[in-house]
Amino acid sequence: MTGGELGAGLAFAALALLSIVVAAQAHTPEYAFHAYLFAAGSVAAVFAIVNRYYARPAEPIPLEIGGKPNYNMGPVKFATVAAMIWGIAGFSVGLLAALQLAFPVLNLDIAWLTFGRIRPLHTSAVIFAFGGNVLIATSFYVVQRTSRARMVGDIAPWFVVLGYNFFIVIAGTGYLLGITQSKEYAEPEWYADLWLTVVWVVYLLVYLGTIMRRTEPHIYVANWFYLAFILTIAVLHLGNNAAIPVSLFSPKSYIVWAGVQDAMVQWWYGHNAVGFFLTAGFLGIMYYFIPKRAERPVYSYRLSIIHFWALIFLYIWAGPHHLHYTALPDWTQTLGMTFSIMLWMPSWGGMINGLMTLSGAWDKLRTDPVLRMMVVSVAFYGMSTFEGPLMSVKAVNSLSHYTDWTIGHVHSGALGWVGYISFGAIYCLVPWLWNRERLYSLKLVNWHFWISTIGIVLYISAMWVSGILQGLMWRAYTNLGFLEYSFIETVEAMHPFYVIRALGGALFVAGALIMAWNLWKTVNESAPASRPALQPAE
Amino acid sequence: MSLWAKHRILEKNSILLLIGVLIVIAIGGLVEIVPLFYLKSTIERVSGVRPYTPLELAGRNIYIREGCYNCHSQMIRPLRDEVERYGHYSLAAESMYDRPFQWGSKRTGPDLARVGGKYSDEWHRDHFNSPKSVVPGSIMPAYPWLARTELPYAHIENDLKVQAHLGVPYTPEMIQNAKADLRAQATTDSPDADTLVKRYPKTQARDFDGNPQRITEADALIAYLQHLGTHVDFKLYDNKANIR
Ligand code: HEC
Ligand code: HEM
Ligand code: HEM
Repeated sequence: MTGGELGAGLAFAALALLSIVVAAQAHTPEYAFHAYLFAAGSVAAVFAIVNRYYARPAEPIPLEIGGKPNYNMGPVKFATVAAMIWGIAGFSVGLLAALQLAFPVLNLDIAWLTFGRIRPLHTSAVIFAFGGNVLIATSFYVVQRTSRARMVGDIAPWFVVLGYNFFIVIAGTGYLLGITQSKEYAEPEWYADLWLTVVWVVYLLVYLGTIMRRTEPHIYVANWFYLAFILTIAVLHLGNNAAIPVSLFSPKSYIVWAGVQDAMVQWWYGHNAVGFFLTAGFLGIMYYFIPKRAERPVYSYRLSIIHFWALIFLYIWAGPHHLHYTALPDWTQTLGMTFSIMLWMPSWGGMINGLMTLSGAWDKLRTDPVLRMMVVSVAFYGMSTFEGPLMSVKAVNSLSHYTDWTIGHVHSGALGWVGYISFGAIYCLVPWLWNRERLYSLKLVNWHFWISTIGIVLYISAMWVSGILQGLMWRAYTNLGFLEYSFIETVEAMHPFYVIRALGGALFVAGALIMAWNLWKTVNESAPASRPALQPAE
Repeated sequence: MSLWAKHRILEKNSILLLIGVLIVIAIGGLVEIVPLFYLKSTIERVSGVRPYTPLELAGRNIYIREGCYNCHSQMIRPLRDEVERYGHYSLAAESMYDRPFQWGSKRTGPDLARVGGKYSDEWHRDHFNSPKSVVPGSIMPAYPWLARTELPYAHIENDLKVQAHLGVPYTPEMIQNAKADLRAQATTDSPDADTLVKRYPKTQARDFDGNPQRITEADALIAYLQHLGTHVDFKLYDNKANIR
């Protein structure tokens, strides 16, 4: 048995025992349920490790076969499939949330299904479950290919992928059961956070170790972005989740920051969850997959250097634009606004670098809907990073804050940028990973593209109209100097837009279902590639 | 050596790259966050703000559990229409004991920072049972189980203890009497109400859920809502003394 196997086996055995003790003493049944999940997961892990030990050949897995790197693609495949499944689940939950706002009877008077619990489920499912698995899959793929080396670690890569998805299950079931610390995008409670910390540190080590094993002298630019994403998320996660549990036997904890400081820490985290999870990581995807698919080199190497350092430096400052006109001191708000406006430049630098990579290959957009999806994604990135700085201006924010305008902004970034770049990457990855000549049907990709594009347009234009309308109605005065609308009148005015948004969401879900079908057919019915795209064994 | 050539050092050394990233991302956060703990002007000096009573704290935790913050803000901005609609703009001091803060980011429903005393307890009860029965156009979910569910408070003193650790001024006496204080606040004309109010000034104590037999989650949540925004007396608040 290797040291890793022994150590992990013992650690999981200890965790299983601890979980059973906690389950027996838990203050709430919901927490006991989670403790049992931890116990079951740990026992399964011990079993898997022992089983693997007996099944595997005695000598270690070769790093190279026939002079070529023996890439480890098993965890990548798993994360790719998980991303697709979580994606469909997360979009569907978003659709449910949208329908609940249009037709509140759909809350069904069931505690688990009320909007207040469904909404965090949606945001975590799309950002962390869908987006997170896309990032893990692509980063593990890209780092191996660009380093021309097998990933380091024997069970560590599997621990990252499975451990991360276990975290998702704990987080998601927790929201439905009412376990949350109420910090947006950081809702999971202390024990889930601790677990994620362990997983994330291993992720960083595997990633860094693989880069160190590289046979190329340079670290490819996509890896800078992935590395910045992994490292910064670790720092943010630790800062924003610093909390003290009420007891080992209680899911509840209290955060060490309070009030205005807590607000600042939260949006330092929250904005950089956007900046590093939803942006830097996905820029890593852009820098690998667009050049690959277009068969062109990255447009400007120097631009990528400037854009990288400027982006990560400026993003961190922008958090206070979520707190304009609040009780946060003015100097902080002003800093946040200034840096948010400056952030426009590196953002568009990245967009230009992505788009111009196509120079000389623009005709491919007509024939290759996968490339088209990725290019439109970069265009959406440009759009939301123009809108963002605009909304950071205090005068604009006084109208947009608290309204659906924010929701429109979020989803132009989320559906357009994050969604499409992920779809493009998965459409590329699946034939590569499963060794297929091509996708089952490009026509279906085309359908996916158009259906979801209509969906996005419906979604974001409905939210722009409702957001601005809402903002204007709240501040409208009659000529006698009274507020013109009661709050409930502004709620009622939103109804038609909420219906249109739900329709847009339904189209987006439909597109994702078409995609899943297409990928299923690709894996199960397409002809294998004549020349293996990857090296044989994993 | 040009800067581009210098950059090649980072491109070839993963640890240097990692350290470089760490330094670059640390600056903004440090500059914006650390002074908030040291500048006295961050939190205004006002009188009246006190820690949550055990019942209010339990109610606040239900507010968090149900995700009310997804639809409601608790932060009135100093804009004319907001002040007229909701009341005096919110002060940082008013959330100094909030862990975590509940300012919110979306107003699907109205701001709640000063909802305390705006409606009767019955109104809240009916509203939770069926928002549409009181406000026909409402899109707020119904929460009928709150009034049916017994409030679990067997460990409430642990919550106070942890917060005291973190610096919330809960005295040992408050921690010791947490359960008794909770029961006293949820009872109309409780004999212990006087000591409760001495420990927690301006506390409203009564049977909030209209069912004197039981202490339910509705008791706690309504107690929390009825206290929101009621502590600072803005007739006495000197705005100019706190210009920041
Ligand atoms: C789907 C979003 C949504 C959620 C979740 C939600 N509310 Fe509401 N809430 C509304 C809307 C819309 C209104 C305005 C219409 C009405 O009074 O019902 C409202 C009104 C209120 C009011 C009256 C405010 C006033 O000034 O008139 C209170 C109090 C309230 N909600 C408390 C809560 C509490 C407590 C929770 C959590 C248990 C909650 N809400 C969850 C949407 C929501
Ligand atoms: C079918 C597609 C989708 C639908 C129908 C949908 C619907 C919704 C709805 C109804 C809300 C709540 C809005 C409110 O409170 O008023 C929401 C919030 C949110 N969604 Fe989606 N969504 C979809 C896809 C996505 C995707 C793919 C992402 C991210 C990758 C995403 C990220 C978010 C975020 C971050 C929020 C919170 C916004 C905020 O707090 O301001 N959504 N979504
Ligand atoms: C230059 C880049 C950007 C800037 C300056 C920016 C700025 C802003 C501003 C001002 C808000 C409104 C805050 C408020 O009033 O509450 C906001 C909200 C948001 N933005 Fe951006 N944005 C940028 C890019 C993006 C991108 C690319 C995405 C998504 C992939 C994104 C996702 C979000 C989310 C999720 C929120 C909602 C947060 C919440 O309230 O819960 N942003 N952004």
